[in-house]
Amino acid sequence: MAEPLTMAMPDLQLGLSPAQPLVRFNLRCREADVAACSEALRLDLPTRPCTSAENGGRSALWLGPDEWLILTSDQDDPSSHLTATMGDRFFSWVDIRARQVGLVLTGPESARRLNTGCPLDLDLKAFPIGMCTRTVFAKAEIVLWRREVQSFHIEVWRSFAPYLKGMLAAAG
Amino acid sequence: MTGAFRTKTGGRIDRQKSVSFQFDGKTYQGYEGDTLASALLANGVHLMGRSFKYHRPRGVLSAGSEEPNALVTVRRDGRRVTPNLRATEVALYQGLEAHSQNRWPSLNFDVGAINSLMARFIPSGFYYKTFMWPRKAWDALYEPIIRQAAGLGDAPTEPDPDVYLNTYAHCEILVVGGGPAGLAAALSASQGEGRVILVEDGAELGGSLLIERDALIDGQPALDWLASARQQLAARPNVTILTRATAFAYNAHNMVCVTERLSDHRADAQPGEARERLWQIRAADVILAQGAVERPLVFPDNDRPGVLLAEAARTYLNRYGVTPGRRVVVATGHDSAYRVAIELQAAGVEIAALADLRPTPSGPWVERAQGLGIKVLKGTAITGTSGGRRVTGARLSPLIGMAQVGKPDWIACDAVLMSGGCTPSVHLWSQSRGKVKWDEALDAFLPSEAAERAICVGAGAGRFDLAEVLADGAQTGARLAGLKTPPAFHVEATPLAPRGVVGAVPHDRGPNALAFVDWQNDVTAKDLKLAVREGFQSIEHLKRYTTTGMATDQGKTSNLNALAIASDLLDRPIPAIGLTTFRMPFTPVTFGTLAGLARGDLFDPVRCTPMHGWAEAKGAVFEDVSLWKRARYFPQGGEDMHAAVARECLAVRSRAGIFDASTLGKIEIVGPDAAEFLNRFYINAWTKLGVGRCRYGVLLREDGFVMDDGVVGRLAADRFHLTTTTGGAARVLAMMEDYLQTEWPDLRVACTSTTEQWAVIAVQGPKARDIVSRLTSLDLSSERLPHMSLVEGEVAGAPARLFRVSFTGELGYEINVPSDRGLEVWEKVVAAGAEFGLTPYGTETMHVLRAEKGFIIVGQETDGTATPDDVGLGWAIGKAKPDFVGKRSLARPSMSDPDRKQLVGLLTERPETVLEEGAQIVASPGGTPPLALIGHVTSSYASATLGRSIALAMIQGGRARMGQKLYSPSPQGDIAVTVCAPVFYDPEGERVNG
Amino acid sequence: MLIITCPYCGPRPEIEFSHGGEAHIARPLNPAALNADQWTDFLYLRTNTKGVHAERWRHLHGCARFFNALRDTTTDKILTTYRTGAPRPDLEGLTP
Repeated sequence: MAEPLTMAMPDLQLGLSPAQPLVRFNLRCREADVAACSEALRLDLPTRPCTSAENGGRSALWLGPDEWLILTSDQDDPSSHLTATMGDRFFSWVDIRARQVGLVLTGPESARRLNTGCPLDLDLKAFPIGMCTRTVFAKAEIVLWRREVQSFHIEVWRSFAPYLKGMLAAAG
Repeated sequence: MTGAFRTKTGGRIDRQKSVSFQFDGKTYQGYEGDTLASALLANGVHLMGRSFKYHRPRGVLSAGSEEPNALVTVRRDGRRVTPNLRATEVALYQGLEAHSQNRWPSLNFDVGAINSLMARFIPSGFYYKTFMWPRKAWDALYEPIIRQAAGLGDAPTEPDPDVYLNTYAHCEILVVGGGPAGLAAALSASQGEGRVILVEDGAELGGSLLIERDALIDGQPALDWLASARQQLAARPNVTILTRATAFAYNAHNMVCVTERLSDHRADAQPGEARERLWQIRAADVILAQGAVERPLVFPDNDRPGVLLAEAARTYLNRYGVTPGRRVVVATGHDSAYRVAIELQAAGVEIAALADLRPTPSGPWVERAQGLGIKVLKGTAITGTSGGRRVTGARLSPLIGMAQVGKPDWIACDAVLMSGGCTPSVHLWSQSRGKVKWDEALDAFLPSEAAERAICVGAGAGRFDLAEVLADGAQTGARLAGLKTPPAFHVEATPLAPRGVVGAVPHDRGPNALAFVDWQNDVTAKDLKLAVREGFQSIEHLKRYTTTGMATDQGKTSNLNALAIASDLLDRPIPAIGLTTFRMPFTPVTFGTLAGLARGDLFDPVRCTPMHGWAEAKGAVFEDVSLWKRARYFPQGGEDMHAAVARECLAVRSRAGIFDASTLGKIEIVGPDAAEFLNRFYINAWTKLGVGRCRYGVLLREDGFVMDDGVVGRLAADRFHLTTTTGGAARVLAMMEDYLQTEWPDLRVACTSTTEQWAVIAVQGPKARDIVSRLTSLDLSSERLPHMSLVEGEVAGAPARLFRVSFTGELGYEINVPSDRGLEVWEKVVAAGAEFGLTPYGTETMHVLRAEKGFIIVGQETDGTATPDDVGLGWAIGKAKPDFVGKRSLARPSMSDPDRKQLVGLLTERPETVLEEGAQIVASPGGTPPLALIGHVTSSYASATLGRSIALAMIQGGRARMGQKLYSPSPQGDIAVTVCAPVFYDPEGERVNG
Repeated sequence: MLIITCPYCGPRPEIEFSHGGEAHIARPLNPAALNADQWTDFLYLRTNTKGVHAERWRHLHGCARFFNALRDTTTDKILTTYRTGAPRPDLEGLTP
């Protein structure tokens, strides 16, 4: 990534997620084991579609009925505790920390600018704080997570990040 | 002075701001607020274009988006040229440069106008009838002629420098049209909580209110009421108003596409500025307030410059302060023309006569006109005009009954205004697949059954009375917004009878008179008659045969008259003939708007690996592989590709090479049933694959043909790391999810894409172990890490999955490290390899090396019709497995036909001859086409290692043809080849064990 | 562009989805037991319905789940969507 992924305009700022280096895991687990998994992670895995949960620096983003994106910091790797606690229960825990990058888009223009490439209704009523989902931004797939009224966390596969930034910057 | 036909006062132009502009090289003056058409009319210029087929001189017909004649090209500079703009919609700005179209060498003298003299010889279906035979004449004669004549305007030759934006928007209520109905709807809808978007085509909101002089709304003149309505709307936070914005497409599920023109109206628009924005608006409800389009009268010579629609003349007068002439004849079948005549007379224009087709018109407008001394001729038809590039007289004939006319009178004039009444604009409604129903009382198709959550209001729904229009809009807006009481508007206005006339005006001018129905495509009443006589009875056939309604204006002014004429000829009522479908776009849309930002660097995501910058700095030449940029070769000191690849190949075979394989698709398969899943999915057997071991896997589609391949490594009993082809990663993962979710949901296994988690550094060649061992304490001996095995540990300080695999046939490793460590590890490997002569190589070298070994590339050797056995991979099938994806298909008899195309090697007779990839293979030389083709070349390279060319090919029954001589026909003659085994180098496969 | 109601995520725009062909065509449990005609039917023959069609969609750029939809191929109206494994709903009582 030769060009920086950041940009700053009066009404809009794009930066790397401040919690970098962010550590990410993809968690797959069936309904029957969600409670056990939540306990092992000390984090109530959200089961309501497109919602997120946070506890002590760990976040869980619902991506599908059996899929979550777990974000944490590199000081806090729950992997071994989870494996030990879950025992014979089936779950899939895959390290994807380097697969994608976390970007933060903030400013009064952020929702409008996102709508130049993202087809979802980003009105606060339709996309409240805490909502998260996989979706698209133009030709890139992203995970969009609303942190504040005017602040979004975006996860994007690393090779798509320059494109995402380029589109956001050119979108006007 | 900005024109002899400008009124002293009035209009919504800014008379303080004079603007000069050019039309066809001549400079004129206008005012800010003018359109190109209004400014030209103010200067007495009616002639603005030539018709498409006959090249007849044409004046402006309308004042809006329905304009069929005045199509112009606007040119800002060499790169910013826009053809086919309607002069009626082009906003005037200082320095505007516009050109007429469809003429050569000039608008006033056009060579193509000879077609007009030939009109009687160019009947409907002319092209179908004439350019039929002989066959040879097509290439030499017909096609060049048609090409020369075809097309409107000239496409710009240079890339468009402007920027086109996109935005998705959502609202509860979308109102299309900013006239009285749309304004009332928006005013009332926005009293609710929902978001309202109001879209107006023109430069300002108001529609017909902008030219309303008679009516009072809530006791105020219409313009004052309009000003306050605009203020109210602008102040509401839930309202978005878009002007200069055309709703051009109504897509499924209430997605309406709107193009907003951001800079075309500005003199100072710079290249590279945002020119248009595409709005993709998703609305819960759509209110269509598109208004109505005035119908022309179909009478002989009705296309002379100076003949225009009556309401258009009223628009030019009231909105732009322009009169269409000094002495005009009004021809009508509708009340509205009386209002036009009265207002023009008040502005000092002489009304020479008002000819009304209706035998006994009555009502307040008729009385008022007569009271003002306007000469009203009842029951009178207009049956012709005189003049060349401008009308000089009108021929008026008394009607005798409904179909005959009496002795004509000629009346001198410099403009003819015509009105057949109003046609409700149901374009977007029709695009939404809403149905229409014929209304006998109005002579109009009105919206009936909706297909989407859409509703038409105002004139578009057949309501023409202003009070009704406002009430309709207000009530509809209120109902959709859930208001109990809609706002009410009190209107005082003189009522107009809604009904007009449709079809052709009777005349006594004989069968060859040209009475135009469709101006832009030059379709006359006579053409329609001929088509009917020739047996075209369905309106869809009539339309295509005569091309009526098929021009860029989509028949906005012509469709209903064409229908009425067809109805007359076929003696069937109009609803039995049916309306043709309106297609998107409503008006032409620039390609820029449709492309948006997806141009140049942003056309597609450009995916680069973590080591991309390193390769770039080393001067690598890249190639596109799906969305990825991959280093193809690393030329040194002026090498061409051939030399670079030869050097890279020899380095790998003799020492070692380093290759960026990060783009390989990677999937992590986790769960207790992971091995079982792979058993069912891939052709190979997996149960016995030990932890730490790898196997080459082949994936079929259910139809038995090879879909993808890769290496599967077992990290743990319940965890596999597998690779896919670069282009196949998403496809393979989607197929896995499909089977897991829908066929085998009982399997406890999950798949996660790890393509971009891992950077992959391949180190290949006899020195590979020496190099990698410098960077890790892992035991790399063949005892601990034999060919096709893997180990997890640290390499160059990074956590790694180290695979011992080879796609080159040499001893080799693929070091997988987290992507964010990729570049750092790569550089350490390069440094460690320096003393061993480690050479970076690219995809081209990789291709040669694997071809020397006969390793296939899915998509190159295979084409979606190859079985594993066809490409020599039959050995990989787990024979004992009861089932896997594609297994049943392999049992079909044709799949084991010995004559199927099979993978073989080909050696050319002359070692320096390199076959063309894709070249066909035949069994015997010197044949004449058609030749019996028995196969084709799939891969072909010059092999530096072997000192000769090599090729892989798929040949019918190939494995039974070893040693046979075959031929590859080429422009230089047949190339003789000998069939051999597809492994050219180290057939025993000893080198990987090094 | 259609709005498709994902049984998990709710109504979402079509570009987040991929189409998966006709629904309710289960892969035979024992393909080897099928004769050539039966296997051909499974592989290639589809109903090509004019009217209400049960078809598979995947919320690819969303929850990634496959699900089924009843869509009227003449109007593009989606009458209902339902999870994979659920039976095809009765048409009675379904209005677009």
